[in-house]
Amino acid sequence: MTLARRRFDALIIGAGGAGLNAALQLANANLRVAVVSKVFPTRSHTVAAQGGVNAALANVFEDNWHWHMFDTVKGSDYLGDQDAIEFMCREAIPTVYELEHNGVPFSRLDNGKIYQRAFGGQSQNFGGAQAARTCAAADRTGHAILHTLYQQNIRARTHFFDEYFGIELIRDEEGAILGALTLEIETGEPLLIEAKTTLLATGGGGQVFRTTSNAHINTGDGMAMALRAGVPLMDMEFFQFHPTGIAGRGMLITEGVRGEGGYLINKDGERFMERYAPNAKDLASRDVVSRAIVTEVKEGRGCGPNADHVLLKVDHLGEDIIAKRLPGIRESSKIFAGVDPAVEPIPVFPTAHYMMGGIPTDRLGQVVIPAADGSEQIVPGLYAAGECACVSVHGANRLGGNSLLDILVFGRAAGQQIINNLKDSPEHRPMSEAAIDQAMAKLTRWEQPGEGISVRELRDEFRKVMEDHAGVFRTDEIMAEGVEKVKALREKLKDVRLGDQSKVFNTARIEALELENLIDIGMAIVLSALERKESRGAHSRPDYTERDDVNWLKHSVYFKEGDRLDYKPVQTKPLTVETFPPKPRVY
Amino acid sequence: MESELPPLGQLRWQCRRGMLELDYVLIGFLDRHYAGLSPEDQRLFIRILDFEDQLLLDWVMGNVVPSDANIRRLVALMQMRT
Ligand SMILES: Cc1cc2nc3c(=O)[nH]c(=O)nc-3n(C[C@H](O)[C@H](O)[C@H](O)COP(=O)(O)OP(=O)(O)OC[C@H]3O[C@@H](n4cnc5c(N)ncnc54)[C@H](O)[C@@H]3O)c2cc1C
Repeated sequence: MTLARRRFDALIIGAGGAGLNAALQLANANLRVAVVSKVFPTRSHTVAAQGGVNAALANVFEDNWHWHMFDTVKGSDYLGDQDAIEFMCREAIPTVYELEHNGVPFSRLDNGKIYQRAFGGQSQNFGGAQAARTCAAADRTGHAILHTLYQQNIRARTHFFDEYFGIELIRDEEGAILGALTLEIETGEPLLIEAKTTLLATGGGGQVFRTTSNAHINTGDGMAMALRAGVPLMDMEFFQFHPTGIAGRGMLITEGVRGEGGYLINKDGERFMERYAPNAKDLASRDVVSRAIVTEVKEGRGCGPNADHVLLKVDHLGEDIIAKRLPGIRESSKIFAGVDPAVEPIPVFPTAHYMMGGIPTDRLGQVVIPAADGSEQIVPGLYAAGECACVSVHGANRLGGNSLLDILVFGRAAGQQIINNLKDSPEHRPMSEAAIDQAMAKLTRWEQPGEGISVRELRDEFRKVMEDHAGVFRTDEIMAEGVEKVKALREKLKDVRLGDQSKVFNTARIEALELENLIDIGMAIVLSALERKESRGAHSRPDYTERDDVNWLKHSVYFKEGDRLDYKPVQTKPLTVETFPPKPRVY
Repeated sequence: MESELPPLGQLRWQCRRGMLELDYVLIGFLDRHYAGLSPEDQRLFIRILDFEDQLLLDWVMGNVVPSDANIRRLVALMQMRT
């Protein structure tokens, strides 16, 4: 049978905020743009972002982009690239106004200006008083942005391939990317999309961990595709965990619960945070609380039949306060944990929330292979934006409200740069049969008959290994064991077979492809984490408790081939202002 | 004539959403309740899957009460512990 093919100027894999904002630039420039998404576009994970997007509009308190930049550099624990951060914080202001212009219904102040709320990590005047920088459309900012961008794209005639799964990038011998092999989920038939440029905007990969706040679709597919195309992943050890996810499920229980007087207890009913952080107790920083929870569980003081979580007690606050100040918590706990927090404590465990690392790009969204001397080699025809990319603006730790900003600013920048580049490369490059066959092999591998391990079994085992060996408790010993375990699971993947070989909506086959991706990025995470012998931002180690700027103020770069790690300097020079030199990160 | 119901694989994929909460609630419903529903209710569930994530979440979390009594009934089933 001949393989179906389509040709476009640009192919965008991913229809979240990043992909859609890039697509809009291209479609408005009258280019032929295809957007491929494994789920219907408005079901992308961006829809889950409730908090808002940061921009120094100064509508509530005095503010400017330079202060925003300072907060972001400091928040990144000085690992963020200061040129990219300056660019993002400057662009934030026109970006939010553009969204407003396009119809995002931002909440308003009485004077008609966009309302801005205060969030942790935001300051005025370089670390001074609290700033209010987050613009929100009630508690549904992500939803509003995604819908607005989708409508605009429909109007601009972007070509959508809904429920198509991106399997593999196609590249030529020089390493240029020529498009991708995709799979129409409905029919189970492959479709080859040839494109002069390809943008990966596939979002994060929280599903590598057993407990995560990320939706099931977040399996890091684009990052794994990049890895297999010879592109490394950068700073993969930096994964933000939230200390209180619903145990075994992952949904966030907001920090506000502890702010209102809720506290954590172990199986003996002991308020254990008093031991780990005598002053701040349950309000200690996220990594301290997360590590304390895991320590309690490791040392046998966990709760439940498997002793695998701790409890968050709120019933003493009384029904009234819970209803008034913590709306949603009661419903969430009832539905997902089966407990009414007004009566019983909520089972909780740290939940994997946000991936700071990803596909290395410059601030125009072009994918670059970094070399140790600081130079960068552009991968022709390949771009990345959004949570799957690492520009890097979040460094070792992302600030709330900065990731929606990241996806919008760099989605747009990538779109603009693609338009520029297409002017110089009007032709499609030829695609060799060998390259196509190689990509097809990824798919046909799942047609192997016979008995074997099931996808679910291996996936569950893998996600547990990641949680235990690359989660919040990171020592040399634990992570070295993790590397060996992930290697063994990667071998075991060869023995996985699909029971169901049907084609139409065979979700088992998609889950198999996703599992392969999860394992590829899992290895990047655990290996990069093992090798980083310091504590910085979200990467916090009891065996190397301090940040080490002498040896470790550098980005990790992981290559799949040979499981090789390399490093590249942090860009400490901003575009126009003075460098913010590293300082202790105290709040 | 009534249209044929879509294959289960299709429904399973349509239960994949942008929010983890909905993944659990919808897949849980599909696995535990769907097969036992009347054909009318099965069709209603398929219609529910076409609604936006944000609205579905509002229904499930009780922020918004669906005006349609039949949808209310199915949403109540979804709210049972998953
Ligand atoms: C619960 C929660 C709340 C959050 N709240 C906030 C907040 O308030 N403010 C903030 O700034 N950030 C927030 N974040 C983070 C933010 O939502 C994400 O970082 C951001 O939405 C990612 O956008 P994206 O465009 O990169 O990817 P996504 O929105 O995740 O989109 C990825 C797209 O790629 C597609 N895709 C993936 N793999 C494939 C494949 N193989 N083939 C085809 N298509 C594929 C998907 O279908 C989807 O369309 C939150 C995150 C979570 C989990």
